Amino acid sequence: MVKPKVTTATNEILIKNGFVYDPASGINGDVKDIAVQNGKIVEASKLTTGARVIDARGKIVMPGGIDIHTHIAGPKVNTGRMFRPEDKLHDAGMESSSRLIRAGGGFSVPSTFTTAYRYARLGYTMANEAAMPPLLARHTHEEIRDTPIIDQSAYTLLGNNWLVMEYIKRGETEKLDAFVAWMLKATKGFVVKLVNPGGTEAWGWGKNCVSIDDPVPYFDVTPTDIIKGLAGANERLGLPHSIHIHPNNLGHPGNVTTTLKTLALTEGIKTHKKSGRTQNIHLTHAQFHSYGGTSWKDFFSEASKTADYINSHDHVTSDVGFVTLDETTTMTADGPMEYGLHTLGHLKWCNADVELETGSGLVPVLYSPASHVNGIQWAIGIELALLIKDPMKCFMTTDHPNGGPFTRYPTIISWLMSKKARDAKMATLHKWVPERTKLSGIDRELTFYEIAQMTRAGPARSLGISKKKGGLAPGMDADIAIYAFNPKTTDAGQKPEALVKAFERSAYTIKGGEVVIKDGEVVALGNSKSTFWSDADGFDNKEVTHDIVDKFLKYYSVTLNNYPVQDSYILNPTVIKCGPLAGGN
Amino acid sequence: MEKITLTPKADEKYLVLEADCITPDAFAGKTLDEIKEMKVWEGNTTWPLGKFFDIIGTVADKAEDQAIVINGNVPRVKYIGSRMTTGAILCKGDVDMYCGAWMKGGSIIVKGNVDHFAGIQMEGGQLIIEGNAGNYLGASYRGDWRGMKGGEIVVNGNAGCDLGEYMIGGTITIKGNVDINAGIHAGRAVGSKEPGGKIVIYGNSPGRVGGQLIRGNIYVLGKIDNMMPGFALKETKELDFEGKMLPFNVFTGDRAEAGKGTLYVKA
Amino acid sequence: MIETKTETQVKPESLKIVTDVVCPFCGTLCDDIKVVLDGNRIVDTMNACIIGNEKFKSAQAGHRIMTPMEREEGTTEFAPVSYDYAIEKAAQILANAKRPLLYGWSSTSCEAQEVGNELAEVCGGVTDNTASVCHGPSIMAIQTVGAPCCTLGEVKNRADLIIYWGCNPIHAHPRHMSRYSIYPRGFFTERGFDDRTLVVVDPRPTDTAKQADIYVQVEQGRDYEVLDALRTATRGEDIPDVVGGVKKEQIKELAELAKTKKFGLLFFGMGVTQTTGKHRNIDMAISWVADMNKYTKFSLIPMRGHYNVTGAGQVMTWQSGFPFAMDFSRGHARYNPGETAANDMLQRHECDAAMVIASDPGAHFPVSSMKWYAQIPTIVLDPHYTPTTGISNIVIPSSIVGIEEEGTAYRMDNVPIRCRKVIDAPEGLLSDEEVLKRILNRVKEIKGLPAGTHH
Repeated sequence: MVKPKVTTATNEILIKNGFVYDPASGINGDVKDIAVQNGKIVEASKLTTGARVIDARGKIVMPGGIDIHTHIAGPKVNTGRMFRPEDKLHDAGMESSSRLIRAGGGFSVPSTFTTAYRYARLGYTMANEAAMPPLLARHTHEEIRDTPIIDQSAYTLLGNNWLVMEYIKRGETEKLDAFVAWMLKATKGFVVKLVNPGGTEAWGWGKNCVSIDDPVPYFDVTPTDIIKGLAGANERLGLPHSIHIHPNNLGHPGNVTTTLKTLALTEGIKTHKKSGRTQNIHLTHAQFHSYGGTSWKDFFSEASKTADYINSHDHVTSDVGFVTLDETTTMTADGPMEYGLHTLGHLKWCNADVELETGSGLVPVLYSPASHVNGIQWAIGIELALLIKDPMKCFMTTDHPNGGPFTRYPTIISWLMSKKARDAKMATLHKWVPERTKLSGIDRELTFYEIAQMTRAGPARSLGISKKKGGLAPGMDADIAIYAFNPKTTDAGQKPEALVKAFERSAYTIKGGEVVIKDGEVVALGNSKSTFWSDADGFDNKEVTHDIVDKFLKYYSVTLNNYPVQDSYILNPTVIKCGPLAGGN
Repeated sequence: MEKITLTPKADEKYLVLEADCITPDAFAGKTLDEIKEMKVWEGNTTWPLGKFFDIIGTVADKAEDQAIVINGNVPRVKYIGSRMTTGAILCKGDVDMYCGAWMKGGSIIVKGNVDHFAGIQMEGGQLIIEGNAGNYLGASYRGDWRGMKGGEIVVNGNAGCDLGEYMIGGTITIKGNVDINAGIHAGRAVGSKEPGGKIVIYGNSPGRVGGQLIRGNIYVLGKIDNMMPGFALKETKELDFEGKMLPFNVFTGDRAEAGKGTLYVKA
Repeated sequence: MIETKTETQVKPESLKIVTDVVCPFCGTLCDDIKVVLDGNRIVDTMNACIIGNEKFKSAQAGHRIMTPMEREEGTTEFAPVSYDYAIEKAAQILANAKRPLLYGWSSTSCEAQEVGNELAEVCGGVTDNTASVCHGPSIMAIQTVGAPCCTLGEVKNRADLIIYWGCNPIHAHPRHMSRYSIYPRGFFTERGFDDRTLVVVDPRPTDTAKQADIYVQVEQGRDYEVLDALRTATRGEDIPDVVGGVKKEQIKELAELAKTKKFGLLFFGMGVTQTTGKHRNIDMAISWVADMNKYTKFSLIPMRGHYNVTGAGQVMTWQSGFPFAMDFSRGHARYNPGETAANDMLQRHECDAAMVIASDPGAHFPVSSMKWYAQIPTIVLDPHYTPTTGISNIVIPSSIVGIEEEGTAYRMDNVPIRCRKVIDAPEGLLSDEEVLKRILNRVKEIKGLPAGTHH
């Protein structure tokens, strides 16, 4: 009998013999040891003999997953939880209170603690809240504080902001820069987020902007102006990520035209050099924006048009927004779109417009295999992922929970890696699906390396955090996932069920150098959870200060002094310094 | 059928019990000792079922052959017969909430009264209540627009408010009176080609019968004190009701919802 | 960065003025209050309404419980005890109960509510907040049909039609009309009062009704029928001559008027949440507002009572999934008002212990509920003497959020604002959050769970 090794160095782990997929360092399944010390990846030679040894023989080792766009913390997410008690009734995975686990659940909109456990079980270590309304930012951060284990950030909604539109209208780029910098600081936001630019302000009057040339009522700017204006500001500020955009006209047949026109707007804008990323615009949930046809009757996939554009342009990254064919909850700052969904299906509709800033809407949705529309939506997501050649430009999301819950990521991986799995799924769908999409003719099966690009290296680089995240090179954060799947002995393409099983419950998830998941169970919460936000320095502007004071005195319903999110709401922040005074990140 | 009898132990006091294990599905194929050890919940504390009931009888191999008799009054035992799919339960007294909730088949007879939420989201089977029913009989769960799908509920006495909320199919018959909101929101999840559910009320209602009705048929033989304004009188006609020809005022509505349901009120 | 520290100006008489203070009383959550201090003494307030002013002054006007107390069994006599003793007793009561009820939460900070929610979970008990006797029906209606809402600044800047249905803001939310709805001048409503039409629907001609351009006198308990008729009329269909005491002509006029407006806002309160049908009344009101969005922009906001009942609902929901009446007894969270709300539990004698915090059921609950409350072991956490403290076993005083403690509160339109600390609490008093943390840690010890709170 072998004497069990005694771990004396609790801050050290040596992961031996695993098949490592680390695209950031070009490692494609080599059998390699990964060493962890004090929360960082280090050279194995740095470890003492007291390190904990994890034998990853026959297992896959990847960096921890990064979700670049998800709705898990904030006012509309909580509305989603609150107005759907039945989402808990239909959740077979409700968590019971235990030594480590807080009670909670919800199939499509899980409560905050449950969200953390579910992401960690999938091997994810970072999830970015994609839409934070500035006036309600405090709420987003309270929920982030109650989401353990995983790193998070929140994207500040700016695409319908009154001062943003006013500065853009008047061409005052210096003031725009100063205001955007101030807003990120005041909300502790990470990214400049645009949702249905201009359209959600129009929704304040029950109207919308569906084309990028539709002027916003009263403010007299167009989505084109807003997108170009904020893209320019983003690059001048040197923010880690590019603008992150949910274009106008989401979810409507024929909208691929709007999408391509939107992406073309920033072709001429120079990407900030020091950011480490190549894109100056990130297209989110591209699936919902790749539609052809003129009505739901003649609806068909235009995924190939979106894919062609992304393949031939380096200034764009995207995430898919897969539809998983579940009953789920839609929630977005695209208020008018949600109202449209409500009039279609007559299911309960929530809406929350936010003064001077943005709005949101929520409606439950039942994606059904019997519906040709839903089947085509399912296929479009997969087409995009297979037609876009470089997975460093195409990331895995479901726009959780809009396309489906993030707990479906392993199933989605199986559809991408196994033509057998997706053909089997397609066979259960409406007969128009293979006719209206190109999917059945696509043979490509993604590799583990490409999956790791889509879910780790790609999002990290696009977000401008690839020095710390998304890879396993020494110096990076020790966020690691180990899956019980042997790529040498099992063909993922032929055994998709084994793939799903392995990726649904990681053998190990390590966060900040601590083992938090073992065999799919939460074993620790870790101590490294951090909130990322962007601090752009050097953009103070007295006139902007005056304009802000003026807006609060006259039009806001809270005082200026009560508006910015206080430091006490952010535990363990990771502040990404940017702007001319910060010398890049 | 094989019969197991549970007699409540008079000396055992408790706050309230949740006894989801009392179903033919759970008992069939077990031994009596195993049944006595089945868990019931008193708040946050679990106890064996045998602590509160004397349990005798014979166990069936298959649930469809299993009958269960609750030999007494258990007004504070919840979830009896919930989620059952087959077999039979006879309750010789009152029962608490969620009796027959989510049941898919089989039959439950309650000699006494049932408390709230009996038969919610029922899919099949029979729930017969000889006494009175509480609120939300055959209704939906909070927030769910998909209510009772099938099966039959009969109440000899009165029923409370909100019966048949969001009803999709099946039949609810109340021999006595009902409180407000009978059939409220019924038919929201019913397709245009389907008939929806059927509610028959022999007695009276203070009002709001068929509030926000979309699809389905409601019959009231007694009086409705306050009609919903959203219902429009289409015609008065004689209908065969249980072998007799009776005159009914036929209303359609609830027009507030552009509803296509029908409310028959005996003229 | 714009200076965001609270201003403190020193006046010649050595008085200080603290600005941007958040009033911790009602759901209007005014955050423009100025408090005048003389050292640690509140001398006066500015901008606060009469109720808010009273809340600040009463913090130092006596009637504070200055020490924890234990009631002698079978009597109405209280003896002072230490915090340690009281917390130990409280923890024993809660940890040993089979079905403890934790109720209140609405007049304390989110930070305290977060600890309290964990406490309820660890005890395997039922937790409920004051929504269950106030706007719980609104929440239940939202769970049925959703809710088109907006923040109060949207109302100020855009609304040209204001409807107060079943509520009387002049009395219950005194600055509501001047800060948000009728009087303020907003971006698109520069003429303020002149740009708006006020409709009041109420069985009684209240003071708010007297301000209305249009007053609809609905019969008590008939709002559901009137709203049904209003929706039917909005669709262009005919309705009966009189519905709920309101003539057909007036209902049709209201339906047509609403369609001519650019932005309508429906505020509603206890007049519809607590009368016959409760959540169905709100359901129908929400449905009418949703219908109206076919014709124009229309939203609604519930007139929440306590200053942080909205926050209590938010905290419970994000942590565990449900907004009130939440049952942890079987380990996972469950919810069903009618079974798990505080009055359900008390009237059915289902709970064997109770803790009340930041609310006063003794003054507001039916006698049948409080009769049971008086028979079980109970703990109450409150700064002031109340009817509830008088019948509880263990009374634990705390400091007042928004006056003596910082903490987050959510306004009626879900805007979160951080309440300020203006003065020091009386010597020796602990905050709700601190008391709850200590009780939680002790309960965890008793139950053999690891210490600390789950953050």
